[in-house]
Amino acid sequence: MDMKRDYYEDIRLLDSGPQVFWLIALIAALALFPFLAGSYHIYTVNLMAIHVIVALGLNLLVGYTGQISLGHAGFFAIGAYATLALMQNLGLPFLIALPLGGFISAGFGFLLGLPALRLEGPYLAIATLGFGLTITQILGRLDFLGGHMGLQSPALNIFGWTVDSDAGRYAVIMPICLFLAWGLRNLTKTRVGRAFVAIRDSDIAAECIGVNLTYYKTLAFAVSAFYTGIGGGLMAFVLGFISPHTFNIMVSIMFLAMVVVGGLGSVLGSVMGAVLITWLQLELARIGELPYLGPLLTELSKQVFTVSGLPNVQYVVFGLIMVLIIIFEPLGLYGFWIRTKIYWRTWPF
Amino acid sequence: MLGQLITSGIAIGATYALMALAMVIIYKTSEVLNFAQGDMAMLSAFVAYMLLSDYGLGFTAAFTGALAFAFALGAFLEFAFLRRAKEPNLLGLIIITLGLEMMLYGIASWRWGADQKDFPFPVSDFEVHDLGGGVVISDLNLVTLGVACALMILLFLFFRYTKVGVAMKATQQNQQAARLMGIRVGRIMMLTWGMSALVGACAAFLIASTDTLDPNLMWTPQLKGFSAAVLGGMTSLVGAVLGGFILGVVENLFGGYVSVEFKSVVAFAVIVLILCVKPSGLFAKHYVRKV
Repeated sequence: MDMKRDYYEDIRLLDSGPQVFWLIALIAALALFPFLAGSYHIYTVNLMAIHVIVALGLNLLVGYTGQISLGHAGFFAIGAYATLALMQNLGLPFLIALPLGGFISAGFGFLLGLPALRLEGPYLAIATLGFGLTITQILGRLDFLGGHMGLQSPALNIFGWTVDSDAGRYAVIMPICLFLAWGLRNLTKTRVGRAFVAIRDSDIAAECIGVNLTYYKTLAFAVSAFYTGIGGGLMAFVLGFISPHTFNIMVSIMFLAMVVVGGLGSVLGSVMGAVLITWLQLELARIGELPYLGPLLTELSKQVFTVSGLPNVQYVVFGLIMVLIIIFEPLGLYGFWIRTKIYWRTWPF
Repeated sequence: MLGQLITSGIAIGATYALMALAMVIIYKTSEVLNFAQGDMAMLSAFVAYMLLSDYGLGFTAAFTGALAFAFALGAFLEFAFLRRAKEPNLLGLIIITLGLEMMLYGIASWRWGADQKDFPFPVSDFEVHDLGGGVVISDLNLVTLGVACALMILLFLFFRYTKVGVAMKATQQNQQAARLMGIRVGRIMMLTWGMSALVGACAAFLIASTDTLDPNLMWTPQLKGFSAAVLGGMTSLVGAVLGGFILGVVENLFGGYVSVEFKSVVAFAVIVLILCVKPSGLFAKHYVRKV
C-alpha cells in the first residue's frame, strides 16, 4: 500500500496496477475527446491544459520550494510575447519559438530569483508583485511588440500542417501538457526536487546539509518561469490575440488560487486546482444564464444591487472559495482526495 | 520645477503614507500582509458616498458613519475569517486576505457597478496657495499632509503610551507570552484590524476626492502603500510615513526628469533595489530568524 520499502519504489511513476489502468484510461479519454466534443468544450479544455502547465510551474515554486510569487502573470506575458516575437520578427517555426520563449522566460525567472535570495515572506511577495506589474507596463510601451494595442498571433504551422481549429490546437497543447506534467513529477523525485523541499522546510537547515541555496533558489524560479512561459506561448495561440491587459494582476492571483485550491506541493493538486478554477471562471462569467441560480440572482440584483454588475459575483465566489479552502482544508482539493481515499480504503471501519 | 515636483511628490506621498500606516498597524500586531486593505478602504469610501448622495447626510455625519463602518468591517473580517484559520502560515494568510480582497471588490462592483462617480468632498483640490518661487500646493494636499502627519503622531503616541497600544506590541512579539500576561489576543487583533481599516478609510476619502470613485480606486494606492511600508521596514510607523514621502518624491522626480511613461513602475524598481541592500527596509532592525 503506502509503505515504501526501497528507493526505487519511492521514485517510480506508478506504484500499483489500478494506477496503470487509470492512466491508460485517462490517456485514451484525452485522445478520444476531440472527436466526441464540440468546439467550445475543446476550447475550454485547451484553457484548462494551459492553466495546468502554469499551475504546475507555480506549484514547484510555491508548494515545493516555499517561495511566494505574485508575479507569475509577468512570466506568462514574457512567454507569450517572446514566442510571438520570435515567430514574427525572426521567422522561427513554432516548435523552436515555443521552447525558446520558455527559456527567455526562465532567464527572467533567474533574474527575479536573485533578489529573492535575500528576501523572504512579505518582502518577496511585494517584490514579485512589483515584477508582474512592471513587465506588463514595459510591454505596453514597446512598439515592436504592439504596445497597448497588443499582438495578433500568426498562423500556427507545424511541419506544413496549419493548425486553425480548436481540435488542432488541442492536439498540440495536450501532449505538451502531459509531457510537462510527467517531467515535473519526475523532477520532484530527483536530487533537485528534494533540495527544493529541503529549502521549503528550512532554508538554513538545508544550507547546513550542503544544499547550495543560490543555485537551487534561482533554479526553482527559472524552472517555474519556464513552465509559465510555455503556458503563455500556448495561450497566445488559443486566444489568437494578446495585449498587456491580458496579463493583469488578477491573472497572477488566479494562478496562485489554482495552486492553493488544488493543494500545495502536489502534482495532482495542481491539475485539479487548475481544472476547477478554469471551469468556474468560464461558468461564473455568465452567471446570469445559469439555471435556477441565474434568475434568482438577477432578481436580487434588481432589488439590492445593480444588474450590470452581476458578473462581478464571480469575484465574490472565488474569494470565498480561497478563504474557505485555507480555513477548512489547507491541503486543498488534494487533501480532500487523500481523505476520501483513506476513508474508503478502511471502510467500514 | 524642482520645487514644484518635490512639493507635489510630498503631497502624493502623503496618501501613500496613509495606506502604508494602515498596513503597518496590522503587520505590527499580527504579521499579516493585508491585501484586502485597499478594498476595505474602497468599500468605506462607497459607504460614505452612499450616505452623502443617497441619504443626503452632511459631511460630518456621513464621514463619521463611514468611519464607523470601516472599523466594524475591519473587526468583522478579522473575527470571521482570519481568526478561523487553523495553523496559519504566511502564505495561507496572504491567500485569505487576497480572497477577502476579491470578495469586497466583487460586492462593491456588484452593488455600485463599474462606472466612475464624483466623490463630493468639503476641501477643494483647485484652491491653491503660493509657497514662493512659483511653487503651489492645494488645500486638499495640505489636508492630506496634515491628516497623514497627525495620524502618524497619534498612532506613535498610542503605541508608546497607552495600555492597549503596548498590549498590541506585546502581541506581535510573542502571542503566547502576551496571552499568559492576561492580554486577550483575539480582541487585540480585532481592534488592530478595526484601527487599520479606519486609517485606510481616511486615505480612501482623500484619494477619492482627487480622483473619481470606482471599484478599482484603491489598487494603485494600496500597492504604493505596500511599497512605502516595505521601504520603511514594515514595523516602523515613522518608517512607513517617511517611506511614503520618499516614494512620492522619487516617483515625481523620475516622472519630471526621466520619463513620465514609466513613472508608475519606478516605485517597484526602487524597492527591489533597496531591499537588495537592506532586506528589512530602511528603518527597521533586521532580525535573523533562528532555525
